[in-house]
Amino acid sequence: MKKCEHCSKPAVLHITELQDGSVEAHHLCESCAKEYLTQSSEPESVEVESSLSIDESDDSETAEAVPQEQPPCPNCGITFKEFRSLGRLGCAHDYSHFREELTRLIENIHSEVQHVGKVPKRQPDASRQQFDLIRLKLQLKEAIDEENYEKAAGLRDQIRQVELELRSSSPAT
Amino acid sequence: MNLDVLTQRSGEWLRGTGPEADIVISSRIRLARNLAEFPFVNRASDAVRAQIEDFLRERIEKLQGCRPLTYLRTSDLEPLDRQFLVERQLISREHAEDHGQCGVGLSSEENVSLMVNEEDHLRMQVLRSGMDLDAAWAEINEIDDLMEQEVAYAFDSQFGYLTACPTNVGTGIRVSVMLHLPALVATKEIQKVFQALQKIGLAVRGLYGEGSQAMGDFYQISNQVTLGKSEIDIMKSIKDVVAQILGYERRVRTALVKENRQALHDQVSRAFGILQNAQTISSEETMHLLSSVRMGVNLGLIDDVEIPTVNELFIQTQPAHLQKLRHQKLESAERNIARAAYIRQRLAENNPHTSA
Repeated sequence: MKKCEHCSKPAVLHITELQDGSVEAHHLCESCAKEYLTQSSEPESVEVESSLSIDESDDSETAEAVPQEQPPCPNCGITFKEFRSLGRLGCAHDYSHFREELTRLIENIHSEVQHVGKVPKRQPDASRQQFDLIRLKLQLKEAIDEENYEKAAGLRDQIRQVELELRSSSPAT
Repeated sequence: MNLDVLTQRSGEWLRGTGPEADIVISSRIRLARNLAEFPFVNRASDAVRAQIEDFLRERIEKLQGCRPLTYLRTSDLEPLDRQFLVERQLISREHAEDHGQCGVGLSSEENVSLMVNEEDHLRMQVLRSGMDLDAAWAEINEIDDLMEQEVAYAFDSQFGYLTACPTNVGTGIRVSVMLHLPALVATKEIQKVFQALQKIGLAVRGLYGEGSQAMGDFYQISNQVTLGKSEIDIMKSIKDVVAQILGYERRVRTALVKENRQALHDQVSRAFGILQNAQTISSEETMHLLSSVRMGVNLGLIDDVEIPTVNELFIQTQPAHLQKLRHQKLESAERNIARAAYIRQRLAENNPHTSA
């Protein structure tokens, strides 16, 4: 009988862990196993793993609706399955290539799917204006929630102005 | 930068000043950024990693015009030196491990650190002593703007700044505040704090970040969500929570002093006595005793040592620091003897009553 890897008691629990793509076997006695299992729920990496597995269960439920795995990213060659086992993407292009799958995953992690915050100044003007619009609309919602109608009116005017600028800068259709 | 010089002094962020410095050790902001045209670090070959490192090193060295940074190629350093930089909080544990060619740009005051080829191509960190997130943000935002003039970051209009792990996508920001909470730990009230923080989506970690155990009653509180909220909002949620925890810790400290001043004074004085006289001492015991002494100084129970000395001892009694100070490799038992000697020496030198 194998001995516990932490103490000399006989091992009663044999745990095989898949982490970052590598397989790790653990042989533990009852008391060390208890400690091991309660500890392993702490680090951040596990939170990522659990978010990933939530996504996986979603997938299995919708397996019939999405019968095929996405082809690998043409830029870095990573498949979505590989990403899920590693927890890391291969390149920036993956975010476009796996947009649908990642949107669900990102919503699980962050509860939101739209970036609000700093935008590189190098971004084209239209893209920056889109961001201003998102930010202003969020602020408007907050102002209304706080019943600060004076602030809300000001924000509404700013939103109209940005929308006008966006319309005038977009090519005529 | 000669690392031996660093052993003789400590980072500016340990100076024990800044707002709320009795409880808040440091404020830290990190931004994760990637170059649009290269694969992420984990998917890059050794040759490509070297290319990324060369490219970013050049740009970081260019930043010197406005902010003198020294660039170190960490992949060329001995493991002990890398460990030393981890203990000093200048690089992460992940960066210290083997990742092909990688490096770090450091400011001489040790409050700016730009890591190249960590999990992301660029991880920029700014540290401040005490509760000073606004100053940290102003500085890191400026560095980010300067870098952005030189490189095209990977950015998406929906997902924001793109990162190797989707847990960092969006703002790429991690705002962390290091707190010393001995009274909440002693009264076990800390559990309530943890539960409340988890509910609002904030993470609690030990002194050395992810996966590390809290030592000496130090806890690092940081945001988990990086998408859907602006950098300013993320900072605000941390500031609000920290203000509440500070109030809680102070109330418990006051109650402890009021209820049993004698016992608390005894505990703190004994801790100081052991540190002054021990001949061999483990890292864990050192942390524990220093934590007691730190609280005692802040509560005015003892005045034999000053806070910056206590803060420095937390860092300088760690394994790599001791070995760098002694210029030799030391086994665990030898380190315990060297640690005790170093603490005795520092406490004798820095006693405000004898050194004046």
